Amino acid sequence: MIRYVLRRILVMIPTLLVVIFIVLALMNLTPGSPALIILGQDATPETVDQLNRELGYDKPFVVRYFQYVSELLKGDMGESYRTKRSVFTEIITRFPTTIKLSVLEMVIAVCIALPIGVFSAVKQYSAFDTVSTVSAMFLACVPAFWLGLMLILVFALKLHLLPSNGTDTWVHYILPALTQAIPQSARSMRMTRTSMLETVRQDYIRMARSKGQVESTVIIRHALKNALMPVITMVGIDFGFILGGTIVVEKVFSINGIGTLILNAIQVKDIPLVTGCAVFFAFFYMLTLLLVDILYAFIDPRIKARYQGKTL
Amino acid sequence: MSEKLLEVKDLRVVYNSNEAVVHAVNDISFDLLPSETLGIVGETGAGKTTAAMAILQLLPERTGRILNGQILYKGEDLLKKTTNEMRKIRGACISMIFQDPMTSLNPTITIGDQIKESLEIHNHKNRSKTELDARVDELLTLVGIQSSRKYEYPHQFSGGMKQRVVIAISLACNPELIIADEPTTALDVTIQAQVLAMMTELKEKLNTSMIMITHDLGIVAQTCDKVAIMYAGEIVEKGTVRDIFSGDHHHPYTVGLFGSIPDLEVETKRLTPIDGLMPDPVNMPEGCKFHPRCKSCMEICRTQSPKASRFGEHVIVCHLYDQEVCSWNHY
Amino acid sequence: MLKISGSAEKPEDMQKKRSSFINADTWRRFKKNKSAVIGLVIFLLFIVCLIFADLIVPYQKAIEQNLRIRMQGISSEHWFGTDIYGRDIFARIVHATRYSLFMGIVSVVVGIVFGSIIAAIAGLYGGKIDRCIMWIMDTVLCIPFMLLALAIVAALGGGLQNLLLALVIASVPIYVRVIRSSILTVVESDFVEAARSCGTPDRYIVLKHILPNAIGTVIVQATMSVGTMIIWAAALSYVGMGIQPPKPEWGSMLAEGKDYMLNAPHLVIFPGMTIILCCLSLNLMGDGLRDALDPRLKD
Repeated sequence: MIRYVLRRILVMIPTLLVVIFIVLALMNLTPGSPALIILGQDATPETVDQLNRELGYDKPFVVRYFQYVSELLKGDMGESYRTKRSVFTEIITRFPTTIKLSVLEMVIAVCIALPIGVFSAVKQYSAFDTVSTVSAMFLACVPAFWLGLMLILVFALKLHLLPSNGTDTWVHYILPALTQAIPQSARSMRMTRTSMLETVRQDYIRMARSKGQVESTVIIRHALKNALMPVITMVGIDFGFILGGTIVVEKVFSINGIGTLILNAIQVKDIPLVTGCAVFFAFFYMLTLLLVDILYAFIDPRIKARYQGKTL
Repeated sequence: MSEKLLEVKDLRVVYNSNEAVVHAVNDISFDLLPSETLGIVGETGAGKTTAAMAILQLLPERTGRILNGQILYKGEDLLKKTTNEMRKIRGACISMIFQDPMTSLNPTITIGDQIKESLEIHNHKNRSKTELDARVDELLTLVGIQSSRKYEYPHQFSGGMKQRVVIAISLACNPELIIADEPTTALDVTIQAQVLAMMTELKEKLNTSMIMITHDLGIVAQTCDKVAIMYAGEIVEKGTVRDIFSGDHHHPYTVGLFGSIPDLEVETKRLTPIDGLMPDPVNMPEGCKFHPRCKSCMEICRTQSPKASRFGEHVIVCHLYDQEVCSWNHY
Repeated sequence: MLKISGSAEKPEDMQKKRSSFINADTWRRFKKNKSAVIGLVIFLLFIVCLIFADLIVPYQKAIEQNLRIRMQGISSEHWFGTDIYGRDIFARIVHATRYSLFMGIVSVVVGIVFGSIIAAIAGLYGGKIDRCIMWIMDTVLCIPFMLLALAIVAALGGGLQNLLLALVIASVPIYVRVIRSSILTVVESDFVEAARSCGTPDRYIVLKHILPNAIGTVIVQATMSVGTMIIWAAALSYVGMGIQPPKPEWGSMLAEGKDYMLNAPHLVIFPGMTIILCCLSLNLMGDGLRDALDPRLKD
């Protein structure tokens, strides 16, 4: 098992290298050079060229790529073109905020979606099922950033109940978290319900009932574990979308997180900052996927056996 | 005359789907004495599994409906029992072995725990954990599995072993009746023989009654005392094994079934199957349901359902035996 | 070749029984599903807006600024009110359909075409090619969708085409995953093995067996994805990386209106509801299609 985890962590390295390549290549395609953007249109070509040389932007792309990677391996993420501060510092100060927000969004979504999805499936065609299915159908179509605006409108501006921007206290996290949590919970709830419906039709459920087992135990002990497995995988994959969506949520709520950082950085072609943020995002997401896989292995003995290298 | 263990009277089951109503079981009746084995034979789709599930009331909630009939277990009608009362019967008095061992076991729970579950549910004597564990070991040994394997998961067992586990589960609480729904169909032939031999041995040792549902007449000959032949949801012929296998009078369907078995001794160029297919359960033919495929079809068969004709324990539901031979009584 | 007589069915007949094959039965089941039909009707309304936008309301109304009547509420003249520049919101929403819905549909269609080709190569050739392709796809998927799309738009510049390209590139890996697993399910199934064992050429197997069965999943996925793409396109426009003004787009309308929404909530409510309605109609259709193709899941 440990070997499997170590192997997965090792595979992250080439993946990250490719991610860096893609991001640097894209930044390279952006029109204009960083110096031009920093100094503005009025700067003379000489000063632009000089700044570019200072920034190291005059070298060819491949050289810059390897330079970046070798610096990264030494632990140096470079300095922001604009603020001259260490990229690492910029990211580390804002990283906790974004992560707290994203994780909170996912946790809320799962806490809402799982019980409702399971209950809807168990009581299929009941009033509860109909109401929850219809609501989920509707809520899954709501754009997160629009919901954010609506929440601000109602709770912050009209009712003055909750703050609409910043992240000073935990209360500030409520509205931003709900923004993505609600549509995500709708999607996860549908997934849970479908998975549960399929599981409940399996032969081993019928077998458990034929033993005379009480229905609630059949659901909890037999159906639940098996039904939740594909849901967990999906939650892991969806986390990637949540992470990306947090960029927009931070803009809506004026939250100073990595999302805001990278948004601004892209617009001014602050290459080290953009690359640094992209690396952080990708790394964190890959870590999440790994955690999900490990969790899956603990739940499903067949997968555990596979990871441990046991054969039938 | 010993008391009947199970008596099924005029059982009728339908499935209500969005598209149509499926007549799965149409007024069947049979009974079973203690320690007796009844074989229910028929092709796929004849309604055998539905009848078995109806006894334990395990039909799919939304679609399965028991429209009519009585299922008397030791004199009490199971159809009138509450859900709780049925739960006490399932597993403890009547247990079931399902067809596909590959999917009957929960892949995420050890087999030991799955066997123990049966014991825990019906633990009236409040036995301790150690006593239950001992019983699990005992059961595993009984079906020929090392008791140390109880911590393993289903995927670590082969098909035949899995079915043994299922059998162990069904025997756990010493039921009086086991309903085995094609227990060996999903296994290959050599394993089939092993599992069958084991089931027969256990059955005799523990004096359990069994309903053996199968489409294999060979298995019926090996294991059953009585036979009921089902076609299109009805029992068309029933009797003792002797009646069915060596009697002179048979329902044309039975004749066809036996005729389609390859004979080791006789040399033929082709096998003789029964022409045609089982009728669509949504759209049953008028009169006798077998008449479109019957070689002895008469005019009356097309319009009137035949009545049962009885000779001792042997019952045949066919117009051929209507005005018959003096010793046959009619219903 | 051994001729198996009697009840052995030809692969074609077995395939016809597989429920993910689109035929008249599918359409009949779809029609019975009320919510699916409602979804279809609403979607068709949007299509009408897409095609006949100019006939419903002239484009001028959507971009003509008139500061004197800015931020007015609902009235008989301006059904959805006016925005911060005095433009008619209803007109803008109708014309925005051309961009938003068009983007959603085209991005999905192009994405699925490319995704199918790549998935087919991976699924059918297998082995090293499969592993290599899937590794590349998984790597791209490690970059959160929004981030990748943002970076691509930043690299190529704003505007409709580049936004489309960004959405396509970022979504292809997702389609490849889904379509490949759908293809593999069919390739590894018994009836394809049966066809192969009869000596059926690969080309025939792909056309007659793999495509019809995989296509059901693909169409359901496509329908649901259009809604998602519309939302992502709107999100990109909201952060300023998408369609540039004065062209109307549902997302950029939200960006424009957000600073004034306390006093003029209609600026934000109507475009948002439109996105929801469009996405909802697509999802209802997608669900209905899925149920129609494989009714087993219902009961």
